[in-house]
Amino acid sequence: MASHYETKDLAKFGDIGKNRKHLWDKFIAWYTEATATEGALTKREKSLIGLAVAHTVQCPYCIDAYTNQCLETGANMDQMTEALHVTAAVRGGASLVHGVQCRNIVEKLSM
Amino acid sequence: MDFEKTLALHNLDLKPLSVETLQVNVGKLCNQACKHCHVDAGPKRTEMMTRETVDRCLEILARYPEIGKLDITGGAPELNDHFEYFVVSARSLGKHVMIRHNLTVTLDPHPVSGRNMEHLPDFFKQHNVEVISSLPYFQSAETDSQRGQGVFEKSVESMRRLNRIGYGKEGTGLILDLVYNPVGAYLPPEQSAIERQFKDELGKQHGLVFNNLYVITNMPINRFKHFLERADLYESYMEKLVNAFNPGAADGVMCRSLISVGYDGTLYDCDYNQMLEMRVNHGSSASIRDFELDKLLGRQIAFASHCFGCTAGAGSSCGGATVKS
Repeated sequence: MASHYETKDLAKFGDIGKNRKHLWDKFIAWYTEATATEGALTKREKSLIGLAVAHTVQCPYCIDAYTNQCLETGANMDQMTEALHVTAAVRGGASLVHGVQCRNIVEKLSM
Repeated sequence: MDFEKTLALHNLDLKPLSVETLQVNVGKLCNQACKHCHVDAGPKRTEMMTRETVDRCLEILARYPEIGKLDITGGAPELNDHFEYFVVSARSLGKHVMIRHNLTVTLDPHPVSGRNMEHLPDFFKQHNVEVISSLPYFQSAETDSQRGQGVFEKSVESMRRLNRIGYGKEGTGLILDLVYNPVGAYLPPEQSAIERQFKDELGKQHGLVFNNLYVITNMPINRFKHFLERADLYESYMEKLVNAFNPGAADGVMCRSLISVGYDGTLYDCDYNQMLEMRVNHGSSASIRDFELDKLLGRQIAFASHCFGCTAGAGSSCGGATVKS
């Protein structure tokens, strides 16, 4: 079976706009402004956030796109690695914090 | 992937506008052998401009007052035996002189003669030349992976010596510019954003200062092209350059305002065309010995697919982005 994820398919993202184009146009205008412009955050900072989120949602297209965008905004491997640790730490913490529920249940059930 | 068709598609007719700068490549000898070098320069190269050709270049500079700038490149241009004569003579003609200085050449012995080169910063200051130095990143890992082990540390020391005598400092009139190029197969960042990062990081970590940072896109020719081919990245890199074609950047390409001279006196539209041996096309001899400004201004600039490197994104030239933000 062919892979569901092919690098070349990333370039076809725009094909989504072949149907219901007005929805795509709104999405891409918002997406571009949110992720690829200088604002209160620099474009490099937004790229690092995008890289972290890409690893959270584990989307190979996004990881490819945001790794390139990080490099093309001057980020280095130390900064990108720290962004990945933030991703992993928040994900790990999200599991661990649910231990509070576990403890609450144990407390309730215990004599 | 035809550059001229792309220009036509955007109704662009890129004719020469002027010759403000004579960019002279005085030889391919270099103390470094960087992975991205479009000249394929290195310590074993022997091509060198002779004194006679240097004199022909000086004659042209003297004959044409409208050519106000001399941009000396290489290799490491300081390794040419006639380099200092060239600088002193051009300055005495009143020309603005720019040196493409790789920083480490000050600290390494001459690769052929073993001569000590540590006098260079004082020489630059004495003749008030603009120093333009490559530094691909403000950290050692990235810089050394492209330019060789230990290059970052030496570059920092060399910049420190230039700063100490006033280069890069406001109010001294001594200009030290840096050149950023990507350490791989991707486009450079926006020039002012990466300049801010460089100024912050080099200042914070090493107490270094400089005037301007220019970003240059890696050209898909020679050594960098070989890297792309080995890594199976050539097609995707070219696609990236083509997709990033910017008509605004194309309008400001450097070949419209300079003439590039090879070590043997052959004339080209730019240093990249020089390395591909694409001579000026103006229906006359492409030699410094037959330099005629009027004819050169009427020439058809020679384009090929590597020219997409100068027109991608905010554009790329020896003076950085061609679209200023």
